[in-house]
Amino acid sequence: MWNRLKALILKETLATLRDPRNRVALIAPPLLQLLVFSFTGTQDVKDIRLAILNQDYGQPAAELVQRLSAAPNFSQVYFVQSPQQLQELIDGQRVLLNVRVPADFSRRFYANDSPVVQIVLDGRKSMAAQIALGYLTSIVQQFSRDQLQPADPGKGVMSVEPRNWFNPNLDYLWFTVPSLVVIITLQVSMNVTTLSVPREREMGTFDQLLVSPLRPIEIMIGKMIPAFFLALFDATIFVLVAIFVFRIPFHGSLPLLYFSLVVFVSSVVGIGLLISMLCSTQQQALLGTMAIMMPALILSGYTSPIENMPEWLQAVTCLNPLRYMMVIVKGIFLKAIPAEVVLANLWPMAAIAVGTLSLATWSFRRHLA
Amino acid sequence: MSRQPCPNDVPPLVTVRGLAKRFPKTRRPALDGIDAEVRAGRITGLVGPDGAGKTTLIRVIAGLLTASQGEVEVLGFDPAVAAEKIHDRCGYMPQRFGLYEELSVIQNLSLYADLRGVPGEERAPTFERLLRFTDLQRFTDRKAGALSGGMKQKLGLACALLSRPALLLLDEPSVGVDPISRRELWAMVKELVGEGIGVLWSTAYLDEAELCDEVILLNEGRKLCSGPPEELTKTVESRTFTLAVHDGRRKILARALQQDAVIDGVIQGERIRLVLREGDRFEPASVGAGSGTELRPVNPRFEDAFIDALGGVPKGESAVTQAMQPVFLDEKPAIECEDLTKRFGDFVAADRVTFSVPKGEIFGLLGPNGAGKSTTFKMLCGLLRPSGGQARVAGYDLRRAASQARNRIGYMAQKFSLYGNLTVQQNLEFFAGIYGLAGKRRREAVSRMVEIFGFKDQVNLASGQLPLGFKQRLAMACSLMHEPDVLFLDEPTSGVDPIARREFWTHINALVEKGRTVMVTTHFMDEAEYCDRVALIYRGRVIALASPDELKRSVRSSACADPTMEDAFIALIRRSDQQPAGAAG
Repeated sequence: MWNRLKALILKETLATLRDPRNRVALIAPPLLQLLVFSFTGTQDVKDIRLAILNQDYGQPAAELVQRLSAAPNFSQVYFVQSPQQLQELIDGQRVLLNVRVPADFSRRFYANDSPVVQIVLDGRKSMAAQIALGYLTSIVQQFSRDQLQPADPGKGVMSVEPRNWFNPNLDYLWFTVPSLVVIITLQVSMNVTTLSVPREREMGTFDQLLVSPLRPIEIMIGKMIPAFFLALFDATIFVLVAIFVFRIPFHGSLPLLYFSLVVFVSSVVGIGLLISMLCSTQQQALLGTMAIMMPALILSGYTSPIENMPEWLQAVTCLNPLRYMMVIVKGIFLKAIPAEVVLANLWPMAAIAVGTLSLATWSFRRHLA
Repeated sequence: MSRQPCPNDVPPLVTVRGLAKRFPKTRRPALDGIDAEVRAGRITGLVGPDGAGKTTLIRVIAGLLTASQGEVEVLGFDPAVAAEKIHDRCGYMPQRFGLYEELSVIQNLSLYADLRGVPGEERAPTFERLLRFTDLQRFTDRKAGALSGGMKQKLGLACALLSRPALLLLDEPSVGVDPISRRELWAMVKELVGEGIGVLWSTAYLDEAELCDEVILLNEGRKLCSGPPEELTKTVESRTFTLAVHDGRRKILARALQQDAVIDGVIQGERIRLVLREGDRFEPASVGAGSGTELRPVNPRFEDAFIDALGGVPKGESAVTQAMQPVFLDEKPAIECEDLTKRFGDFVAADRVTFSVPKGEIFGLLGPNGAGKSTTFKMLCGLLRPSGGQARVAGYDLRRAASQARNRIGYMAQKFSLYGNLTVQQNLEFFAGIYGLAGKRRREAVSRMVEIFGFKDQVNLASGQLPLGFKQRLAMACSLMHEPDVLFLDEPTSGVDPIARREFWTHINALVEKGRTVMVTTHFMDEAEYCDRVALIYRGRVIALASPDELKRSVRSSACADPTMEDAFIALIRRSDQQPAGAAG
């Protein structure tokens, strides 16, 4: 049996790697994706434009406006003269938010009668607007603290000083690059596996394998192992790029990361082979890959937190190996999560791997009927 | 199938003078110094072995390739500069016509009508005419992918005829098509020729070439000769004989083929057909044919002349003979099936197929496309699970037996299932490996195959780049490496030229002489003649099972005193059609 398997593994590896275009295609495009996508995944808000309408001539209002316009988070500040102008700037998406200081601001300030400012945010860019609001709120809070208790700062007022653990500067690359390492690994292993059976079907070599002494399980293993090592090889390159090119801190244990990658890649190869078994043409297999990739990405917690999804959808994400691997990869890179946490996320992936591989082998037998 | 009178005064539709075509990175030009003409109202046959340049010539004429040198004039235009003008009046059907498999027959026609710019009001009558002509009216809504090989070719022809062409270029239209559909296709083209269309028909079937008004014989990019086929056939006149042999015809043929006097030899049922070299003599006794057997002169065929023109079949004994251990022949059959049935839903693809093949026999499965021979074949080699009945090969039920049982069979598919981007050596090693050969045994098996099949210079070439004949040899080597007891061949020589086919059968004959059993499906009726026995399958049933000679005798009539295998095939199918349902088999 071992000899047959060896021949099969060698053949699969050669069939993938002998074509020079294939060799390039397995390394260059994924690497390029990692490099380019890392910069598109930005969630920082650096270029915030703000419009201010100050209808009050008092000193406190002037002080507030002064502080807002001096804040480094706002790249550009427009001073306008009328509410219509505020409206136009928001409508034309020229500013993300505007602030109106009403005419009674200073009067109420001195009367200790809760002065108000109006803030309008562009809800079309909800993420950015929320972050901008955060900046704005902290400036306004600082202002009120300073103005109300100028003599004795800090007395009797609670102050919040946020510290961002694991990513002190909230650098988005720290978040996106480890995620992309596993997302692109997922893509590579899917591409290698899904096409392999339909390609042989189209060439007619699949029948040749079926009449040979090879058992279905051997054919599955023969197809699995080369894909597995190719994916791990690519993943290694991505991890190195993440650490040495993007300078993402790596706090966790490397063996633990590799062990997790092994389980993760097995589950993905299982899904890929299952698709491969179910498709009779390469075209179908490509469509199948696409049908899996998109949901896997969206339901992984990469773009939006899983906790915010409806409950039934959260249940669906349990079938997505990427979901668990996301937790592990970010955890190991940024905060050195303990082995128990890794393990808690590993066993579902292992279950997916066992499930899909058995299903693929089973549908293989059934296909013979 | 009568010939048209020769209208030599009409200017030719196609004139080719001194044509050469070279492709980059190839040593030998694909075409060199070709002169040819295609005239209206005639069928011009384009024949030659694989790689002779048939497709290249047709593509140059169709304006799809430009000539490297020489003059080409098609319908009064130069295809290099006025290809569109030619396309308007020329129908071209490539080897695999570009039908859209997911579209229905009528959708395919509409699509090609759009591409051809057939005006709306002309469509309905044109479609009706073509569908009637191709006898596809009943199948207009069927997807093209679900049509049989013959019907696909007819639909391809219909699409090529949409623009009422003056010139029709057909590139091997009958490959993979059963004899009945082949005759229909030929009759259709003949009718077109009667309407004044000029046809260029490239083919590997030499019986078709024989019926052409004129043939052009190509070899390795050069024209060997051209003219009416009977002129070429005349060159082997009084050199063709048959030899009646009762026992050991394969051995006798193998010995005969080693003699210099023998240019060509094939098995025809119980006889051996030989073509002798001019002026040479041949003694039946010298090959052990026994006393009292004598050479009987027969009428020459175009195929005899073709092989003669190409210098005869390669000499030498098949090296398979030395490499393989003989198998002990016992009473147990190599293949047996009983009431083998396969249903796909309501459709019964194989209906209670029963036969038994003793060891050391060549057994043929024949039948029209879609009649159930492939289904039966696949059930026997374990690729399909039977709905009912039993099949045993080498004593095992392949569906249930352990994988070891499959070590006893070899399988060769019509598409030469090789890994195209692996080298010859890698393919051989892979197939040796999956049959459990390892270490020294594998190295020996691989080097033996390299030697037998002459791959020494090709071991490091990607198998996808090999010429067709080499691919076929490699596929055969891969299926023989583990010395199987039973060899399954699914249309093994489809699209392969007559010389490569003879070489192939030399190996098969040698194999059978070593006690191996061969099961083969084929559309070539002359190949069926190599079989000891033949099962004719039609509508899922075995409608006849006998030796080729018995089958031929069974259809002998006053109208057809000496029926060929093809005559027998067609007559038996017609006979089965006339019987009430249920009586056949």
